[in-house]
Amino acid sequence: MKESRTLPTDYVSSPERTSSGRTLRTDEMILNMGPQHPSTHGVLRLELVVDGEIVVDVIPHIGYLHRCFEKHAEHMTNYQQVIPYADRMDYLSSMCNDWAYALAVEKLLKIEIPERVQYIRLIMAELQRIASHLIAVGTYAIDMGAFTPFLWCFRDRERILDLFEMTCGARLLYNYIWVGGVSHDLPPRFVEKTKDFCRDFRKTLKEVHDVLSYNEIFIKRTANVGVLPKDVAINYACSGPMLRGSGVDWDLRRDDPYGIYDRFEWAVQIGKGEAGTVGDCWDRYMVRMREMEESTKLIEQAVASIPEGNVQSAIPKRIRPEAGEVYVRSESPRGELGFYIVSDGTASPYRVKARAPAFVNLSVLSEISRGAMVADLVAIVGSVDIVLGEVDR
Amino acid sequence: MTAQEIYDNLKAKFGDAVGEAKLDALQPWIAISETRTREICQFLRDEPTFAFDYLSCLSGMDYPDGKLGVVYHLFSMTHRHKIVLRTMCTREHPHIQSVSAVWGTANWHEREAYDMFGIVFDEHPDLRRILCGDDYPGYPLRKDFKVPEFYNGMKVPY
Repeated sequence: MKESRTLPTDYVSSPERTSSGRTLRTDEMILNMGPQHPSTHGVLRLELVVDGEIVVDVIPHIGYLHRCFEKHAEHMTNYQQVIPYADRMDYLSSMCNDWAYALAVEKLLKIEIPERVQYIRLIMAELQRIASHLIAVGTYAIDMGAFTPFLWCFRDRERILDLFEMTCGARLLYNYIWVGGVSHDLPPRFVEKTKDFCRDFRKTLKEVHDVLSYNEIFIKRTANVGVLPKDVAINYACSGPMLRGSGVDWDLRRDDPYGIYDRFEWAVQIGKGEAGTVGDCWDRYMVRMREMEESTKLIEQAVASIPEGNVQSAIPKRIRPEAGEVYVRSESPRGELGFYIVSDGTASPYRVKARAPAFVNLSVLSEISRGAMVADLVAIVGSVDIVLGEVDR
Repeated sequence: MTAQEIYDNLKAKFGDAVGEAKLDALQPWIAISETRTREICQFLRDEPTFAFDYLSCLSGMDYPDGKLGVVYHLFSMTHRHKIVLRTMCTREHPHIQSVSAVWGTANWHEREAYDMFGIVFDEHPDLRRILCGDDYPGYPLRKDFKVPEFYNGMKVPY
């Protein structure tokens, strides 16, 4: 039989290059995962260098959803107009984006926020965190082949969206948190309905734990996979559940406080490596599950003690901060969402830079997926919980 | 550690490479030389009294005086202190030393600054455009950027 597969010993491969400049070796294959692939959670293209089933390298290609948020922000006629654009960055946590931007502008303006607004913002942000984590967990379950938890997660997320809809009319992009206040006061029966939701949601959490978290197949797929060590996580400035999953006890809500988080009782959840190694996919998943529990606690405490007041009393008529710059960060469901705003004293920002947590978290992907199997790569990408709208801005 | 102490330490160690500083600003900043960025950042990260292990944000800038620049927001997980660094370069020679060897996260941030401002980060391992297409003309976030009428033969609608 003719030996067609063995190369002569003096064979030298021609230096073909991929778009990323990597030299092709003869025994490796380039495989494109995405841009349209269900497990990439959006339009993300991963250029994989595979050796059989083993991933040798991953080169993420992003930018398919780039719509120049920063350029738009510079061209607005006032600071307030940026908020609808900020909504569209991370479209699964619009409330948190609005709040982060508003915090930065408020810091430039040095204005005091009324009590009631602080409570409303906290309730909205925590509801949003639950809604966002529900998608993260639900779609992660689908990635792992479990369909039922996905439906449960979306069922409960609907109830949160209903609460948002009754408050401000929108279900996804709210434009609700404004500089100095919020656009509408809470509607009648909001508090009651939120309490009902929190009560029912605990049952869902337990069900998801029973069906998914401690399911042996799920643990086999996620434990010891995509381990992100503590020092790498910090070096790559990972944040949110990504950082906490690696065992770093760090949460901006507690450690760089904003809003009124310091008044309530809640705990920062970190990965402990219960199913495998600290910092594996299961830990990241579990941090999200436990954070939802903590958010429920926060919401319950906040709705129980929310004061009366005018929610629009502190909204400035004209936003014209003095020249200066500020970088303000807050904890969005995906991690540290920072806005660097430079003001030149005019009515529109001179420069707005959004430090998107998903963008930064994604940059560590190739570090943690070298040596994994292709099927495990799906588990790793899912556990990073990216939203491409925010990665590309 | 206060911004003043950080500034004094840097000034003593690096002399002229550390330029002006505004320590009474809302968030104090220190200007550093664009050719010695990596060395200074390495020092700030490795010296136990500073331990700036977390690069929060790295932003490109186009200043009103026509200079380009980069702003680094550093944070220390150990000591919980912050500092802002700034570097500047000219439009004609937009070169700044890369810090991606110091913090892994700087890799993508620098690629973004290159993509948007055309700042070339010397010694960067993989300096390519990241958000815009490889064939995109110009650097969109520069203040003198004009949106092209046509892109690859297609009319740009606005």
